[in-house]
Amino acid sequence: MELNKLTIKEASERLARSEITSVELTEAVFERIEAVESKIGAYITLTKELALKQAKESDKRRKADKPLSEIDGIPISLKDVVLTKGIKTTAASKILDDFIPPYNATVYERLMSAGSVLTGKVNTDEFTMGSSTEASAYKTAKIPHPHPNPLPERERELRGTPSPIPMGEGRGEGISTTRNPWDLSRVPGGSSGGPAAAVATDECLASVGTDTGGSIRQPASFCSITGLKVSYGLVSRYGVVSYASSFDTVGPMAKSVEDIAIVLNKIAGNDPRDSTSVAHDLPDYLTSLNSKITGKKIGIPKEFYGESLDPEVASKLRDAEKVFEKLGAKMVPVSLPLTHYAIAAYYILVKSEASSNMSRYDGIRYGHSVLKNKKLDRRLSILDVYLESRSEGFGPEVKRSIMMGTHTLSSGYFDAYYRNAAKVRTCIKREYERVFREVDVLLAPISPFPAFRLGEKIDDPLLMYLADVDTVPVNIAGIPALSIPVGFTSNNLPVGLQLIGPMWGESTLLQVGHAFQQETDWHLKKPVIK
Amino acid sequence: MAINIDQVKHIAKLSRLELSKEEEMKYTKELSSILDYVNQLSKVETESIEPMANITGLENVMREDKVEELGISHDDIKKNSPEFKGGYFIVPGVFE
Repeated sequence: MELNKLTIKEASERLARSEITSVELTEAVFERIEAVESKIGAYITLTKELALKQAKESDKRRKADKPLSEIDGIPISLKDVVLTKGIKTTAASKILDDFIPPYNATVYERLMSAGSVLTGKVNTDEFTMGSSTEASAYKTAKIPHPHPNPLPERERELRGTPSPIPMGEGRGEGISTTRNPWDLSRVPGGSSGGPAAAVATDECLASVGTDTGGSIRQPASFCSITGLKVSYGLVSRYGVVSYASSFDTVGPMAKSVEDIAIVLNKIAGNDPRDSTSVAHDLPDYLTSLNSKITGKKIGIPKEFYGESLDPEVASKLRDAEKVFEKLGAKMVPVSLPLTHYAIAAYYILVKSEASSNMSRYDGIRYGHSVLKNKKLDRRLSILDVYLESRSEGFGPEVKRSIMMGTHTLSSGYFDAYYRNAAKVRTCIKREYERVFREVDVLLAPISPFPAFRLGEKIDDPLLMYLADVDTVPVNIAGIPALSIPVGFTSNNLPVGLQLIGPMWGESTLLQVGHAFQQETDWHLKKPVIK
Repeated sequence: MAINIDQVKHIAKLSRLELSKEEEMKYTKELSSILDYVNQLSKVETESIEPMANITGLENVMREDKVEELGISHDDIKKNSPEFKGGYFIVPGVFE
């Protein structure tokens, strides 16, 4: 068996029994990367030399019977928004194309002190702003785009959205970006499309992504892996490039719920460097994993099951409900009437926060700067430096976000947009608090449809935003949600579902998800890469 | 249209972005369609509701007032900056 196909659980057991070495495991991962990366394009930066050095050190520790933890020697990738000291970190933006972080993110530091091996930095939409990874400034897969852009008419009719405006920023035929391993003509989802594709193809054993509006869950479901969006504050954001600070979360993406629990145990918990991080003590997520779920109440929020839900996705969700019933859980119909307003509130708040966060890219302290162009003979004013550095460095979606957020925060519009959306946020949070007095978890779709085609939505920002309809309510409420694979459509496209829990309810989510994976084998299916 | 091209030019100025003519047209259309969509929020009854910016309710997180060594060197900072001398970032003159 190829070692790179192992789960963390399996690999760590074999490492502990000295049946394999971390060097062997790491080499297997890089052989796989060499074999498939030209078709998948998951990585922005590979760190093979470092990985093999870390693996050798890990093997020494294991040999001396002094492993740092059970994940000592396990090869893991990081979304390219997690700062790694001395290793280029781009946030998939040209504005950071030569940025070498002077310090480590807490999440990376914690994984390193547990002994894990870094395989490299994986792709994302620029500054994580997107739902398909097509908005990355780095296009890594090198195969031609097999299909012209089809018009998703049916979807637009159902949603009653305006016709797309031809903007000409889509890359059309011949585009090159991270691919969905199950169908190379489709997107891997986003923004954590790199982590999802890398885990699905065994180009690493697990990864760490970020979820601001669905960016872990949706790519996990499109690529048939397991991903956890944590409660806001559970995992430190220190050293993770910001998108929208009151929404951003950092979480594990892996091959099973069990592996998610293993990684979560390492990265969760208070960090004095992130004043928004969790203040209380946390449970061991692994030991409670095998608890029975008999009697658990699973809420089915009807607003997530509207007519826009793809019938094949709906049928897979019904099959999953039956599995949970067989395990002794009880389905309870519930209602979250404000779900309809979530996208509108989300995009106002998130773009407002983004416009503020993006102001740090000024062409003076780090990142792309017109001042670095030594051939320039004009005398520049400070305003020229701001304008030219930012306009050259940011891509179209980031510019759109900055414009939108600047408008919604600007004098005369602040109350109508930002303040009102922040009030709706209060209402939505209360709605979830109410529903969790009735049920233990919620079961809902992650996306109304499976992975869409490359280029299908990139020219219509509103259509792309609406793809997040099922995931953003969770981020508005700050609560956790677990994405697990539940089957495939007739076209062999993966379908996932999310289990949504109350604040700090990760243990319950992982128990329920683990019970499902003990009963089914969807999470074990592997794509055949043609 | 929820927004016109003059407003877009004004927003670009506030945003410290330099837009081409094409970009100005593009963002006028795109921001208009997005703002038209988000305007539906005015239908939610929020009169007596407090706005929320912090979801966990943590307040005034304090730490000891003590210098912590983070191991970030001037050299590491210099590598990323266009011009960095004697511990300072060099910028073009702000005043004429």
